Amino acid sequence: MSNGATSHISYLDVDRKYKGPLSFLNWLWSIDHKRIGVMYLYTAFLFFLVAVGIGVCIKLEKMYPGQQYFDPDTYNRLFTTHSVIMIFLFIIPALPSIFGNFFLPLMIGAKDVSFPRINLLSYWVYLLGALIALSGLFFHIPEGHWIGGANTGWTFTPPYSTQEGAAAVSTTLLAAFILGWGTILTGINFIVTIHRMRAPGLTWFKLPLFVWASYATSWITVLATPVVGITLMLQVLERFMPIGWFDPAKGGDPILFQHMFWIYSHPAVYVMILPAMGAVTEIIAVFSQRTIFGYKAIAFSSIGIAAVGYFVWAHHMFLVGMSETAQFVFSFFTFLVAIPTAIKVFNWTATLYKGSIKLDPPMLFALAFIFNFSIGGLTGLFLGALSVDVHLHDTDFVVAHFHYTMFGGGGFGLFAAVHYWYPKMFGRMYNMLLAKISFWVLFIGFNTLYIPMFLLGLMGMPRRYHDYVSRPYFDDLQKLSSIGAMILATGVILMLFNWAFHTKRGKKVGDNPWNGKTLEWQTQTPPVLFNFDEIPIVTKGPYDYGDDHEGSDKK
Amino acid sequence: MSDNEGAFFYVSETPHAEHVDREGDRLAMWLFLFTEILLFGALFLAYSVYRTQYIDDFEEAASHLNTTVGTVNTLILLLSSLTVVVSIVAIRKGNKMLAVAMMFITIVCGAAFLIIKSFEWKEKFAHGIQLSLKTTVDAGGASEILGNLPHGQQVFYGLYFVMTGLHALHVIVGMIIFAIVTVLIFKDVINKKDVVILENTGLYWHIVDLIWIFLFPLYYLIG
Repeated sequence: MSNGATSHISYLDVDRKYKGPLSFLNWLWSIDHKRIGVMYLYTAFLFFLVAVGIGVCIKLEKMYPGQQYFDPDTYNRLFTTHSVIMIFLFIIPALPSIFGNFFLPLMIGAKDVSFPRINLLSYWVYLLGALIALSGLFFHIPEGHWIGGANTGWTFTPPYSTQEGAAAVSTTLLAAFILGWGTILTGINFIVTIHRMRAPGLTWFKLPLFVWASYATSWITVLATPVVGITLMLQVLERFMPIGWFDPAKGGDPILFQHMFWIYSHPAVYVMILPAMGAVTEIIAVFSQRTIFGYKAIAFSSIGIAAVGYFVWAHHMFLVGMSETAQFVFSFFTFLVAIPTAIKVFNWTATLYKGSIKLDPPMLFALAFIFNFSIGGLTGLFLGALSVDVHLHDTDFVVAHFHYTMFGGGGFGLFAAVHYWYPKMFGRMYNMLLAKISFWVLFIGFNTLYIPMFLLGLMGMPRRYHDYVSRPYFDDLQKLSSIGAMILATGVILMLFNWAFHTKRGKKVGDNPWNGKTLEWQTQTPPVLFNFDEIPIVTKGPYDYGDDHEGSDKK
Repeated sequence: MSDNEGAFFYVSETPHAEHVDREGDRLAMWLFLFTEILLFGALFLAYSVYRTQYIDDFEEAASHLNTTVGTVNTLILLLSSLTVVVSIVAIRKGNKMLAVAMMFITIVCGAAFLIIKSFEWKEKFAHGIQLSLKTTVDAGGASEILGNLPHGQQVFYGLYFVMTGLHALHVIVGMIIFAIVTVLIFKDVINKKDVVILENTGLYWHIVDLIWIFLFPLYYLIG
């Protein structure tokens, strides 16, 4: 199949002879994991661009006190749409589905995932869910507006969510349910693939750490997503049946909804961050040209984060009126989850020590990941502390905190991954200089946007508010934050342009431009249809740079 | 692959055309069953929370469910699980006709379960315990009766209809898959050496059965 002359045709060109108007079907119907990964790449970043635009609208509205461009109800819809797109359509599916799909089989020396057809089904389910989510915007349109949508925030907290804009909220809930099944299918596929498809000689402790991270992530999606799925469906049913599942007026318990929602939605935070950590681990090792420090510690900390992350959900709910014992336990576990996270950060830093560091764009983004994520993680401890949380709950501090983890961490990790694997995916290189410029614009814009929000939150600026009282200590910081948003958006556009422009025009690269040691760099660029001419036999570890530093695991 | 070059429409071949991994198929099925357990698990969680909250209402409402009918349905489902297992053993021993017969009995059991269930629901509807598809509580007519019940009983019936309804949906899906499996047995796709499709379907059916084993005491036997 994949031998002889045809083996050197890349997966991008297998259908090159046919250039008709229907050639996109060769992508949409392809069960090749690489093509599915690329399709996810384009779709997810399309949604990302839309949601960034909405995010800028939110910040423009907040630039000055009083109403600028959007009335309060529209403002509610804006931040709801921003969060629904960012969370369900971008950051949850992005890293596992783009790079998990494209590189997981390559990294373990397999021809494809275990169930290629189910893999394509996941993508279709994702598309269907995305369409339903967007169709929600055309329900519940207020008078004088041309677009509507849910205005509940992405947490859909009852009883408000069951009273307002039923059709729009139901549509969004249904979309989240469907998208959830897309990620579950991907998760099952990856677990089976990692268990069953590893190349001969590739033992568990020779797996690249991105694979370990994907493995932990997949378990979270499989075990947590069904719970939120059925919970969201119960809320949909509540609108169509005279039963008050979560409506206290009809005997329901709205707190129960919050519990069942966060049982999934907190582990989902680790779905967003773990694969980014995995990608950053790869990049740190390659761009220091050093064996990763503490391989097993990093591998097990991924599993540790996934396991402990399951038991921290109620730290979102310290103020809803739980028992003090419950608060104490959840606060304790929240502090506990910081340990495996810190293990990773220390191991990355130790890998950098005495390494031959190359500050190429992927490395810049990976280092920014460590910087941003440390801030995000440490401010998370503020919020996990019971007494401090009372003051900070539902303020801009929380918004800044989770943007530092989700965007500064998950997002920057994703950008690092794209810069790192881009040459392997497309066989061409983006413009290095432009990539570095866009990095600095992004990094400066990001911090200018969110550092003021920490301060605003500390001074009592509530989140999700459309307006604020004009005070010197609010006005300046809000303005600064809004300017940061515009810088950030400029950086995003520069970066996306750099990628999009160079997929066909960039300079061609060799098979291994970064001198990586993992399997995906050992095959042709871009890879052939079934990845390897011959299934490789693995004898060395994934970061075999010939050094051997004390304290790390010997390969 | 070279045949596809220049073709009007390129369809990538599955790299598994010759690669069959039955262990992987089984593993995937177990993972899927985890998701099923958690899907129902959330509902069981809601049940336990509300039952603690409305302990008397739950007992009162449960006493209006027909225990005999519930028991009969439980026995039917248990029988169907047995027939699936017998069918697997029959295939392994090469007895194709017995396997097909057992599949047939399984599907009939599923149908019987659903018919009995539907009569149960109908009887509740006739007494005014029904879920109107209107968005308001005062949908008028019969559902007013449900609306006037104490909150605890409303929640009980809500959970009852949703949990048994979701379960019934799984039974229907199971019956459809068994029908396909029967065809596959006829076509020898499922044969002496390769029973994994039947085994996986059987696993699914056992989970559906098992969920009922928990639903039965929680709804019928507490009254």
